[in-house]
Amino acid sequence: MTVLVIILSFTAVLALVLILGNLIAKGASSIDWAFFTKSPVPAGQSGGGVANAIAGTVIVVGLAALIGVPIGVGAGMYLAEYGAGRLGFLVRFVADVLNGTPSIVIGIVGWTFIVKPSGHFSALAGSVALAILMIPMLARTTEEMVRLVPHSLREAALALGYPRWRTSLKIVARTALGGIVTGCLVGIARVAGETAPLLFTALGNLNFTLSVGQPMQTLSLQIYVYATGPFDEWHRLAWASALVLMGLVLVISLAARWVTRQRYGSVR
Amino acid sequence: MAPPLPSLRGIDRSDRIYRRVLTTFALALPLLILIILGVLLVSALPAITAFGPSFLWTSTWDPVAEVYGAAPMIFGTLASSLLALLIAVPLALSVAIFLTEFSPRWLRQPVAFLVELLAAIPSVVYGTWGIFVLIPFLRGHVVPPLKAVFGWTPFLQGVFYGNSLLAGGIILAIMIVPYIAAVSREVLLAVPISQREAALAMGATRWEAVRSAVLPYGRAGLIGAIILGLGRALGETMAVTMVIGNRHDISVSLLQPAYTMAAAIANEFSEATTHMYQSALFEVGLILFVITVVVNAIARILIWRVARGAAVGSKAL
Repeated sequence: MTVLVIILSFTAVLALVLILGNLIAKGASSIDWAFFTKSPVPAGQSGGGVANAIAGTVIVVGLAALIGVPIGVGAGMYLAEYGAGRLGFLVRFVADVLNGTPSIVIGIVGWTFIVKPSGHFSALAGSVALAILMIPMLARTTEEMVRLVPHSLREAALALGYPRWRTSLKIVARTALGGIVTGCLVGIARVAGETAPLLFTALGNLNFTLSVGQPMQTLSLQIYVYATGPFDEWHRLAWASALVLMGLVLVISLAARWVTRQRYGSVR
Repeated sequence: MAPPLPSLRGIDRSDRIYRRVLTTFALALPLLILIILGVLLVSALPAITAFGPSFLWTSTWDPVAEVYGAAPMIFGTLASSLLALLIAVPLALSVAIFLTEFSPRWLRQPVAFLVELLAAIPSVVYGTWGIFVLIPFLRGHVVPPLKAVFGWTPFLQGVFYGNSLLAGGIILAIMIVPYIAAVSREVLLAVPISQREAALAMGATRWEAVRSAVLPYGRAGLIGAIILGLGRALGETMAVTMVIGNRHDISVSLLQPAYTMAAAIANEFSEATTHMYQSALFEVGLILFVITVVVNAIARILIWRVARGAAVGSKAL
């Protein structure tokens, strides 16, 4: 049985190595300067790039972080500081349940709330959908990180006559800052790869745009269209875009680990 | 004696404001879930009143005649998720057991990191991999031998074109392995060392200690981890949409195309031009939402029973 357990574990790890290997093997050859600087060309022609999708990903995800981070971190601070009661229990439970909500459902809710009333698809609607996905994630990680702060620090600040809110912000949150930033980065990395919530909100756009009131392309949407399309040229670009998206997610995830190492090294 | 500082009596006004602000943020979460439920209910209402409960078990999906039944998608969602669990659970539990019980110390971090990485791969990338690597591989090397041996069973009937329940289930399995593994690992880490020591002291081998002491102790949590994986699989959209074939049909053959609820919404929502068509898709979304909420709630309660209150596995979620 022990041997079987070891064999199965390595099968699981092998899957990852295979996927990453395929990504690099099939995507790397298509990545050149034009890939990053040009927008897509009409179907059937060769060349072109995904500059529009890269810019779109940064904008849609950045805006989602601007909306989601304050609410998520705030809710997490509440859970850590005042979350002992009934409301705390409820919020914690709801956060966990929301964490498992299918992202496509968030997508159609975002459509109903923003796209339908405003009458057009927009990057902003996509950002709101992604923010909704981030909030429960951030609330839970923030809570965990803030709980790690030793009680003695809080007591020391209160003993010096600090009001509770200043203790909470200047001492507790500051000490946990590295962990909170890590949580935020992990959340951002997670939503950066999301496609389903954007299908009916940000929609996608073949042209380069920086206007958040317009439909906007993201790498994930671009991959979906290219991979399911009929042209070889598109498939090539799909692999390359997938590699870039994976790289982006990986860089953010690694940055998240790096932040924690830096901050916590000095505290412990 | 001077009166105690306001901050110590907890009556400082700015303290109350601070608390109120944080409470507002926290209330956003229950509000959010109510909004989601409300939107789905209101938008699905026309379909609910038009088709009643038979929406759940009829298979006609005809946008022209405006008759809708979600049975094929409900079947496809359950079938693909169960297939995924069948494949993923042995792999994921093995990873968790290996990492907590057998692995040499130096190997733990790298393997855990690799598995975490697997969780970070975007769904649409899995889908792309599924289309261009997994399906050709299945067609060339897996399905022919399978058919040669088990071709007589109802599960392998028909011609295999690629997009199928089998491909969807395998992709889902690869996607949920990291979730189940990460949560199971935390559950196993929460099992007290004394449990293992007691079993080993009785003369058990390490595997016997795992089987007779560690696994039973963490059983509720492990089941919770598996159900959490099930919740993921049920709601997963992009990768499945890209490989499952998207056909409104119920077939027990793994080689035939199928459909899932999430895939139907992703595929058809933008084509849904009539009010009733849209409403039917919202009802599909509502069913999916309710199922995942129930599944997740059960999983959470089971996990909390082992590791009380801790956000177990939140790193992976």
